[in-house]
Amino acid sequence: MLSNNNLKAAVTALTVAIFLAGTGCKKSIVDPFPASGAIAGWQKTTDTRVFASKDLWQYIDGDADHYIQAGVVTTSTSDYNYQGNLEAVVDVYTMGDSAGAHKIFAGDVSGSGKGVSLGDEGVAFAQSVTFRKGASLVRIVAYSSTPDTQQALLALAHGVEAKL
Amino acid sequence: MKDRREFLKEVAAGAVLIGSASKLGMAAVRAESVSAAKSKIVIARDPELHGVGTNTTAQPDERRVRNLLDRAIAAYTGHAKPIAAWKSLVPTDKVIGLKVNGLGSKGIATHPALIMAVAERLQQAGVKPGNIIVFDQNVHFLQSCGMTVNTDPSKLRAYSSDVAGWEDEESTWGVARIRLTKILTRDCDMVINMPILKDHEGAGVTFAMKNMYGVVDKPNTLHANHCNPAVADLNCIPTIRDKVRFTIGDAMSSVFDGGPGFHPERLWYPNTLLIGEDRVALDAIAWEMIERKRAEAGLPTLEADGRPPRYIAAAADATRNLGTNDPKRIQRVEI
Repeated sequence: MLSNNNLKAAVTALTVAIFLAGTGCKKSIVDPFPASGAIAGWQKTTDTRVFASKDLWQYIDGDADHYIQAGVVTTSTSDYNYQGNLEAVVDVYTMGDSAGAHKIFAGDVSGSGKGVSLGDEGVAFAQSVTFRKGASLVRIVAYSSTPDTQQALLALAHGVEAKL
Repeated sequence: MKDRREFLKEVAAGAVLIGSASKLGMAAVRAESVSAAKSKIVIARDPELHGVGTNTTAQPDERRVRNLLDRAIAAYTGHAKPIAAWKSLVPTDKVIGLKVNGLGSKGIATHPALIMAVAERLQQAGVKPGNIIVFDQNVHFLQSCGMTVNTDPSKLRAYSSDVAGWEDEESTWGVARIRLTKILTRDCDMVINMPILKDHEGAGVTFAMKNMYGVVDKPNTLHANHCNPAVADLNCIPTIRDKVRFTIGDAMSSVFDGGPGFHPERLWYPNTLLIGEDRVALDAIAWEMIERKRAEAGLPTLEADGRPPRYIAAAADATRNLGTNDPKRIQRVEI
């Protein structure tokens, strides 16, 4: 006969097994946000916020619709600071497939940006970097511009890419 | 919550207290119908707000912002002295809300320098610090405008609808069926609308009327058909129509494409404030500004892009009568 503790452990194990089978869980959740100090000069200044597709309006309201149409599944965001004087935000949109991510990427990069070697496709502007890796679309935007901004953003972008 | 009759009675009383020339008194009358007189809109510019040439800064110069605001309010009211001007605009013994807009993140939010300049002038005119409430939809949007939450009534207050909560009862007008923030319905007697000018992927343009999406619980339910007529209908809801009397519109910086989010590569500095009571006229001028900049950048018109802000004409129609989009009925004062 099982003791109370053993019974609890068995029920917990069974519940987790049923949950994993039900969700088709095959890999661990990816956290693409570099920790403070992981990329030279960059500090992560806020907790990561995550929005399901149906709640994306709470973050970007009017912008949400075209991400939803392109199949966004979740959106994660966190603020960063570079050497105490440059603020930036990192947004990671996890789309249903790479085609959806490419659709958003293509709509985003028109203009005078320069192509960069990041993920499957990437572009950098003076104050922002956008790239796609598989079904993930990453946008990093700085709130001000200094001569170092683009290099600093690219370093952070490579840090995010490595974690995807 | 005060009903409409009580509110208008208070408005009338306030008007007597602050003089017969009170804009507030005029606004109460206008709540019933837009007068046949021209709508006065002040368009105030300072080309050096963000600096000169290559020496520009993301945030405008605070002293210049205050001066620009003073010039704009003086031109609007006819009072050269700021305190007299502000006293003619607001009931100084009431609670005044400042509805800001921080949805686009720190990069494109109502500027802290403008918010603080308005709050400072209100206090100098006699409004108690705790009777000024800076608000937006949620804490993050408020933070984007440089504000931190403060509910202490002895100081300038700043809090968001996710702190104050929403009315249980729905408000409806036309296609708008929403719950209003208690900040608007219960906490404020009058609201000064402080939007920031932006292109908008759905609505075409977001400025005065669209900023009211930030006083409802689920703005995402108002996006169908490029927000038309939802923006207009939302502004017809009596509490919004009656309490949101005056707009100090921030067009000091703006995004001309890809809005309402922040895209630094599509940022520009109109270095302008747009001030007035007629929300429709303000939006009509805002639309012109966005179109002019898009043409300059070689982008298609909003019509050609399939997203003209038709809600502006809807707001001006005989049913809604929120203001005018007819250039002949708009008195532009450019300074």
